[in-house]
Amino acid sequence: MNRYSWRTGVLEAVMVAVGLLFLVPLYVLVNISLKAPQGPTEPLVPVGQPTLVNYADAWNQAGLGPAMVNSATVTVVSVLLIVVFAALAAYPLARVTSRWSSWLFYAFLVGLLLPFQLALIPLYTTMRDLGLLGSVWALVIYYVGLQMPFSIFLYTSFLRAVPHDYEEAASIDGAGPLRSFWSVVFPLLRPVTGTVVILNVLQVWNDFLTPLLYLSGSAQQTLPVALFTFVSQYVSQWNLVFAGLVISIAPILLVYFLMQKTIIKGFASGLKG
Amino acid sequence: MSAAGGAATQAASGERAASATAPPGRRRRRRSAVPWWFVVPAAVFYVFAVAWPSLQGAALSLTDWDGLSQERSFVGLAQFERLIADSAATGAIWNTLFIAVGITVLQNLVGLLLALGVHSKIKSRNVLRVALFAPAVITPVAVGYLWQFLLAPQGAVNDLLGALGLGFLQRSWLGDGDLALVAIVVVIIWQFAGYSMVIFLAGLQGVPEEILEASHLDGAGAFRRFWSVVRPELAPALTINLMLSVIGGLKLFDQVWVMTGGGPGNATDTMSTLIYKNAFQFNDFAYGIAMALVLTAFVAVLSSAQYLGLRRQPGGSS
Repeated sequence: MNRYSWRTGVLEAVMVAVGLLFLVPLYVLVNISLKAPQGPTEPLVPVGQPTLVNYADAWNQAGLGPAMVNSATVTVVSVLLIVVFAALAAYPLARVTSRWSSWLFYAFLVGLLLPFQLALIPLYTTMRDLGLLGSVWALVIYYVGLQMPFSIFLYTSFLRAVPHDYEEAASIDGAGPLRSFWSVVFPLLRPVTGTVVILNVLQVWNDFLTPLLYLSGSAQQTLPVALFTFVSQYVSQWNLVFAGLVISIAPILLVYFLMQKTIIKGFASGLKG
Repeated sequence: MSAAGGAATQAASGERAASATAPPGRRRRRRSAVPWWFVVPAAVFYVFAVAWPSLQGAALSLTDWDGLSQERSFVGLAQFERLIADSAATGAIWNTLFIAVGITVLQNLVGLLLALGVHSKIKSRNVLRVALFAPAVITPVAVGYLWQFLLAPQGAVNDLLGALGLGFLQRSWLGDGDLALVAIVVVIIWQFAGYSMVIFLAGLQGVPEEILEASHLDGAGAFRRFWSVVRPELAPALTINLMLSVIGGLKLFDQVWVMTGGGPGNATDTMSTLIYKNAFQFNDFAYGIAMALVLTAFVAVLSSAQYLGLRRQPGGSS
C-alpha cells in the first residue's frame, strides 16, 4: 500500500481532472474579467490582450472600497465578540452540572433550528425603533446573537472533554474565576477557537440578506450588497461585473490561500464529529 | 446533542490524553465554582437578536400585520390556511425539499468520493485539497452571479458542450423551471462538496492503517475494506455532514435569489425566497412569518429525525 503503483497513477489522473473541472468556473471568472469591455466574450478562450480597465471601472463605480472597509469592520468586531462571549458562556455551561445549566445549554441549542427569517423580520422593526437601521452596529448585534448557538455548542462540547485539573490548580493558587478563565481555560480552548473563528468569519463576511435589509436605503454597504447593487446596474456588462466579483472575493481567497493549512485543519478539527 | 458533541470533541482533542480521566459532566462541583454570570453577555445578545424576535414572529403569524401600519388584528390560523391553499407556497415547499434532499445526498456522496481520492498516495493530494475546498470560502452571492453567467444561453457551459460536439445537449439552463432546480443543486455541490470532503478527511485520519493493511493481506477487496474498516470511523463525520447539508439546503437563499430570483414564475422559489418576497416586497409580513414558522418546523423535524436515526445506529456493528 505504500508504493506508487499504476493504480495510484490512474487515481492521480482522475483526481487531477476532477480538480481542474472544479476550477473551470474560477478560470472563466478571471478570464472574462481581463477581456476588453466591448470585445467578444467566448468564456473559455484565453484572453488575448489582458486589460485591467474593468478592475479600475468596477472599483470606482461599485464603491467597493468603502464596502470592503465596512465588511472588514463588521467581521472583525462581530467575530471578536462572538469568541469572547461564547467561550465565557461555555465555561459555566460545561462545568456546572446543575439542572439550570443543562436547560440553558439546550435553550441555546434551539437557536440552531430557528431559520433566521423568523427573527429577522420582528428584529427589523425593533432595530428601526431603536434607530439602528442603516448602521453597521445593527449587523454586529445581530451576528453576535445569531452565531451564539453554534459557537457555544462547539466550545461547550470541547470544554466538557478537557480535564478540570488546571483550573483547580489555578483556583487553589488564589486566582479568581475571571482570571482562571482568561489565563487557564481560554488558552486550553485554542484549537476550537480556531474553528469558531473560521466558521464565523466565513458566515459574517459572506452574509447577504441581513445587510441587504438592515442597510437598505443608507449609504453604508457591505461587499455582497455592493456587489448586488452594482450587478443590477450593469447587468449586461459581464467583463465589468466579473472584475467586481474578483475584487470582492479576492480578500477572503487571499486569506484562505495564505493560511490554507491552518484553515482546513481548524475547520475540520472542531467539526469532524 | 450534548452526548455526541462531547464525544465529538473528545476525538478532536485527541492529543489531550488526559481527557480520559475526566468523564464529561460527571464530576461533583468543587470549590472552584464557575460563576453563572459568565453566560449573561451571550444570553443578552441571543435573547435580543434570536429568541425574543422569534417568539414575536410566532405571535405575529396569528395576525394580519402588513409590517408598516400600527394596526393589526388577530386572525387565528388564517395565514396558515392561506398557505395550504396557495400553490406558490406549496410549490416552494416541494422545491425546498427537492433541493435539500438533492444536496444532502449528492454533496455528501461527491464529498466522500473526493475525500477517499485525496486520502491516498497521489502526489497532488495537498494541492487538490486546497483547490477543492476553495469554492466554499467564496461569497454565495458571487457564486450565484458566476453561475448565472456560466449557465446563460451563450454561457460557458453551452460553449463547452458545443466544443465537445455535444451541441444537442445545450439548454437554457435557468430558463426552464425543472432544469433550473437541478442547476441550483449542481451549483451548491460545486461550492460545498469540498466542505464535506474536508470533514470526511478529518474522519479518515482516524482509520487505523494497520487494520487496513491486515485486511488487505487477508484478501479483503477494496469495497469490503471500505465498508468494514473505514465506514465505522466515518460515522461521526457523516452525522455532522448530513446535518449541515440538510439545514443548509432547507434554508437556501442567496444563490437562488441571485441566479433565478425564484423564477421563471415561481418555478424555483424556495421557502426562503418566498418568505423574503412576501415580507419585504408584497408587504405581507404576517404571511411571510407564517411561512418562516413552517420552515422552522421542517428544519426541526428533519434534523432531529436524522440525528436520532443516526444515533440509534451504533458506529460500526449495524
